[in-house]
Amino acid sequence: MIERTPLLNIATHLILILGLVIILVPIWLAFVAATHTLQAVNSAPVEFWPGDQLWPNLKEAWVQSDFGPKFVNTLIVSTGVVVGKITLACITAFALVFFTFRGRMLIFWAIFITLMLPLEVRIVPTYAVAANALSPFQTIMDATGISWLIATLSGVEVALEWNLLNSYTGLILPLVATATGTFLYRQFFLTIPDELVEAARMDGAGPLRFLWDVLIPLSKTNIAALATIMFVYAWNQYLWPLLVITDRATYGMVVVQLSDLVPDQLTTGGGTPTWHLAMAATLVVMLPPIVIVIFMQRWFVRGLINTDK
Amino acid sequence: MAEIIIHNAGKTYGKTTIMQGIDLHIANGEFVVILGPSGCGKSSLLRMIAGLEEISEGQIQIAGTVVNALEPRERGCAMVFQNYALYPHMTVAENIGYALKVAGVAKAERLARVQATAASVGLGDFLDRKPGQLSGGQRQRVAMARAIIREPKVFLFDEPLSNLDAKLRVQMRHEIRKIHNRIGATSIFVTHDQHEGMTLADRLVVMNKGTIEQIGTPSEIYDQPASLYVAGFIGSPAMNILPGHVSIARRGVVLEDDSEVPVALPAGLPDGHLVQLGIRPEHATLVAPGQGSFDARLDMIEELGATRQCNLIFEDIPFCLLTEDRPALHPGATVGVRVAPERVHLFDAGTGRRIAPATAAVRQGREQPVS
Repeated sequence: MIERTPLLNIATHLILILGLVIILVPIWLAFVAATHTLQAVNSAPVEFWPGDQLWPNLKEAWVQSDFGPKFVNTLIVSTGVVVGKITLACITAFALVFFTFRGRMLIFWAIFITLMLPLEVRIVPTYAVAANALSPFQTIMDATGISWLIATLSGVEVALEWNLLNSYTGLILPLVATATGTFLYRQFFLTIPDELVEAARMDGAGPLRFLWDVLIPLSKTNIAALATIMFVYAWNQYLWPLLVITDRATYGMVVVQLSDLVPDQLTTGGGTPTWHLAMAATLVVMLPPIVIVIFMQRWFVRGLINTDK
Repeated sequence: MAEIIIHNAGKTYGKTTIMQGIDLHIANGEFVVILGPSGCGKSSLLRMIAGLEEISEGQIQIAGTVVNALEPRERGCAMVFQNYALYPHMTVAENIGYALKVAGVAKAERLARVQATAASVGLGDFLDRKPGQLSGGQRQRVAMARAIIREPKVFLFDEPLSNLDAKLRVQMRHEIRKIHNRIGATSIFVTHDQHEGMTLADRLVVMNKGTIEQIGTPSEIYDQPASLYVAGFIGSPAMNILPGHVSIARRGVVLEDDSEVPVALPAGLPDGHLVQLGIRPEHATLVAPGQGSFDARLDMIEELGATRQCNLIFEDIPFCLLTEDRPALHPGATVGVRVAPERVHLFDAGTGRRIAPATAAVRQGREQPVS
């Protein structure tokens, strides 16, 4: 829609600028706070211009939070979530869209329902499963009497156990097992014309060949979008790592480390709040998601321009 | 090279039968066009041959092998789709060569064959383009090349020209026929366009509501339509159909206004038998009122350049005829229509099937002066 209304243009731009200011001011304040000393940050009028303490603050925050290994941890988990999620979403949607099998709709709805149950809602049962990933099977075997049967027949007590607490697997798997990506892929796969599928069949390509040669190249932009969303999502996880990781020294994630720097009654114990360090750490922790978004955005745009129709 | 034998094939979805009793024998190297309106099952039949749809009953043989249970790739068919179905992310060369790549043909040989095939359909300069950068006609050629390169036993075309503009359609029609003549593979071409059907086919198969109405050469279908349906479907403008009854005494068919059209009646047709008379627009001529077989009122004359299409009304039934003259007549005028008796088609009013005129009677009819 093209309208030539200068007044309206000015108004819309004002709204846009206002929105930008609302978003940028807190980030600016964080940046400013990260550049001052403890005293300057806590003095009465809030500083609005940067000081000269950025580098020392960054260094101290980095050391205090042990960010080196924690960044590696978080990177491993985020990458794991991205790869796991894309793979799972892609093959699940592939099965749901291109194959007809018994119970297809049932499976579809089962996946759909998980959309209404984010990790935070089912965190207690998820924790129980993470504590012993095989407990559901144990329950089933106990309930159906299979374990009783095995115990009586062989004398072996069946006690399955696979503990995922304090491991990368435990951090990654629950974040992978959600339906969002599956839906993104399903919607995309539904737009693939039937004739393309048939052409591939005529050309002799089997299902996996079709997936690999046609669907995956066509869904590059989808992959980029999903990867970005999932990376940021995994990077920002707080509650789940807090719960599942007790061995913080080995498996700690950056956001949890960051929360320790944020001054509250517990950490400062009534001392002067160290906002300058918290903000410096925030800047560091924010960086990878921002870089990913900026880098991947170029991909989106390229994908959107090159719509091979 | 392969002959195709379809025996009593049928297709049902759940309880709905969309096709039944299809018997078709296609000789090796023949170009067969399946013609019919949308929804008549012609595309389903093609897809059943291709292996994209299951055969509910009956049997399909390609080159002596029953293919009912075979995957499309095992049937040796290549198919050209209506919307081309090119892989949008591959270049023209990759599109054409994809089947070879899947088949595991070595890269050097593949490239050579892609180049040769592309050149043969005039795509030599476009190998690096993506389908999105091609015109409709060029995409069509890519789709053709993709089928040709596999050197298939059977070529299947699913309305491949319907997305092109009229001029390009005629041009591609010629090219398809030329390619067929060069390659000689058995070809089945599905279309709803009777011009495509008439011009391309060695033999035409006219389908209606999931059954075959008639199989024959284009001229057989045009000259001796087996049913009212075929008569009305083939020919443009469509054949005129007038109801009447047989009169042995008047040696022809008596129309509703008691005027009569001389027809070479086959022997054994009972007097008073209800029939439908089929007269092609190009086989009727305009004469003075009372001079022809019957009189009609002129509704409109349409100029077609080479001919004029006169739309008449006879007993509330539209009647169309083509003339090369330029009649100086005004709408509403009464005109006479003369019909060549040997060109009249006779159909049973009850069954809609053709009543074949006796050949002897046809000759006799020709010698008779037109009354």
